[in-house]
Amino acid sequence: MITLTIDKKKVQVEKGTTILKAAHKAGVEIPTLCHFELCDMGIENKPGGCRLCVVEVEGRRNLAPSCITEVDEGMVIETHSTRVLNARTTVLKLIISDHPFDCLVCAKSGQCELQSLATQFGIRSMPYEGEQSKYRKDSSPSIIRDVDKCIMCRRCEMMCNEVQTVGALSAINRGFMSVVAPAFEMNLEVSPCTYCGQCVSVCPTGALTEVDHTNDIIRFLADPSKTVVVQTAPAVRAALGEEFGLEPGTLVTGKMVTALRELGFDYVFDTVFAADLTIMEEGTELLQRVRGHLAGDTNVRLPILTSCCPGWVNFFEHNFPDLLDVPSTSKSPQQMFGAIAKSYFAEKIGVNRNEMIVVSIMPCLAKKYECQRDEFKVDGNPDVDFSISTRELAAFIKKANIDFLNLPDEDFDDPLGESTGAGVIFGNTGGVIEAACRTAYELHTGKKLEKVEFTELRGMKGIRSATVDFNGLDLNIGIAHGLGNARKLLDDVRSGKSNYHAIEVMACPGGCIGGGGQPYHHGNSEILNKRAAAIYTEDERKIIRKSHENPSIIKLYEEFLGEPGSDKAHSLLHTEYFPKSNALTMHLKS
Amino acid sequence: MSKKINIPPELFTYTERVTRANGLEVIVNLPKEKIEKINDICNSFDNNPRELVNVLHETQHAFGYLPAEVQDVIANNLDLSVAHVYGVVTFYSFFTMIPKGEYPISICTGTACYVRGAEKVLEEFKKELDIKVGETTPDGKFSINCLRCVGACGLAPVVLVGEKVYGHVSPDRVKLILDKYKR
Repeated sequence: MITLTIDKKKVQVEKGTTILKAAHKAGVEIPTLCHFELCDMGIENKPGGCRLCVVEVEGRRNLAPSCITEVDEGMVIETHSTRVLNARTTVLKLIISDHPFDCLVCAKSGQCELQSLATQFGIRSMPYEGEQSKYRKDSSPSIIRDVDKCIMCRRCEMMCNEVQTVGALSAINRGFMSVVAPAFEMNLEVSPCTYCGQCVSVCPTGALTEVDHTNDIIRFLADPSKTVVVQTAPAVRAALGEEFGLEPGTLVTGKMVTALRELGFDYVFDTVFAADLTIMEEGTELLQRVRGHLAGDTNVRLPILTSCCPGWVNFFEHNFPDLLDVPSTSKSPQQMFGAIAKSYFAEKIGVNRNEMIVVSIMPCLAKKYECQRDEFKVDGNPDVDFSISTRELAAFIKKANIDFLNLPDEDFDDPLGESTGAGVIFGNTGGVIEAACRTAYELHTGKKLEKVEFTELRGMKGIRSATVDFNGLDLNIGIAHGLGNARKLLDDVRSGKSNYHAIEVMACPGGCIGGGGQPYHHGNSEILNKRAAAIYTEDERKIIRKSHENPSIIKLYEEFLGEPGSDKAHSLLHTEYFPKSNALTMHLKS
Repeated sequence: MSKKINIPPELFTYTERVTRANGLEVIVNLPKEKIEKINDICNSFDNNPRELVNVLHETQHAFGYLPAEVQDVIANNLDLSVAHVYGVVTFYSFFTMIPKGEYPISICTGTACYVRGAEKVLEEFKKELDIKVGETTPDGKFSINCLRCVGACGLAPVVLVGEKVYGHVSPDRVKLILDKYKR
């Protein structure tokens, strides 16, 4: 252990600790900008580039950047001496001198870390005048890059390369010209980007933001000839409240439904219903593949991979084009919902699919891209018209001047609003496979589950494995969240080393609760834990907790689909995958 | 170290048109021999991603420049993202994505040449050829680059055209030098 003094407070820390962390332990907070950490998940960005966290170390000539300087025995540190405060103010002014002054119309306004630091430091004038960097704006189906606002903290680069191993972004050029960009400064759309949105969720400024579809939705809500249907993903209800000042982990399901009705949506439905439907299809596929494998069918591909996460789908299309027959063919809940809403439900209420607009509220940015994919369109009409994020919904509610906190709780509409606890836990890492186990167990064994929770599948570890006893049949389950972790499991599948029967993958750390479209967590992993706990609470509160017991799902199969895996189910609820190249100038010969 | 297999040249077609940020359209075309050459260079470094700078050095030495499609092949062989390779290429001023001219002109702007008026000589070359530093004339004949000290300070200011050294160059000699190569 090392003993040192920070702002006259003595503190003991382990060797190798940075001054920043030692100070935190001593109860002294040092402002940071480029530094970013999600500590529970081992995610850390510390290029030591911005120099905002400098402190004065006794006996050292220069100020030390606290995020990368390790403690020494007997160190005496001052974190807010005049010299330190002057240096930080100068650094901040220099950063701002190459940053646009359009805070009033910036998508990140109010959530921008540079803006809050400018407020904290009371920056009132800009003494530095000179050239500002000018780059081309880049818009993709999900993410907008406005790199004039980039401060080169390189958090996005760390997320994209180290955590997600996607490799779409890199710092390029040098000095004043340096910026984070895809290879050859081409658009994100032609890069290997999966639209997971983790770069957006860590960007301190407005350099990376989502494509906002709120105004498109407002246009259709005002059009009386359109029936506007909305679906809400499970993870949204566990995080939306944060945007209105509620404690993280506060469930706002009822208020959210009321707010959506007040905004003018004709039907407020639940993506959780479609999650139950996903389990029916994916669970059946899992059992079919496992049974086939046990019967000695060598054509059966195992493990089966979940396919609910569109970021993950993009990732394996880009990085594992040779394994496209391994993932489940089931569509994601968002797309299953769209397909059912514009067929079964549209028929029920006598509306032509072209007169129906399906909107999804998602914790996700990849969903924006997913709903634009050609295979999810019928004669050019998409099954899901627009997908907006949790953040966009919050902004929409605020724009409409709805007093969210004082709204009464209301229930989802029938029939696509009825859901089970199994569908709710889709929002957490491990949730999809747990929901699948609840159903597959009962279908396989014909017995009732004594205990519906499979706690061995839960947790926040990046890669988890568990063996689930299906009454004598041991199923090996793998779980990964974060695409870098998924890559490790998939490399094993490719090399034949994997002994899993099923693998669940979520692109974002923590699963959908940590999605790229969720309220900004600013590196506080406790927020993610609280959202995850809220999801499990919602599951416990549900009377029905197994997808195959959802009465509306049972009715949907009776009235419309037949049985899971039927031809009709296949044409509406299953999809195919396409190989994509990671290189920008080369295309695989088809 | 070699996690990925080298690209079998016959697997790829190279007919994609690439529009760069600056609007320049490049038609990608890498013949089989060039891919094999890149594969050889990568193999000689064990396809080790840590050897990226050396691989880029050798490749630029072989081809004269590092076009996008070459970087793509290198990234694939070394199991790196293309964005990362491009990041390294754009960081070091030595690497270039623009092919050098048939007669590459290097103007020394080291201290001695600078004080003897290299700046004016450089301006004259830029004016005569109507290109900037790092660019190549549309006919592919000339390109301009600056370098720091060729170790011939007694001849300052010094200009190299290809391997040929010109000493005591003054702005009014620029046109005469160029005329020799224009013929």
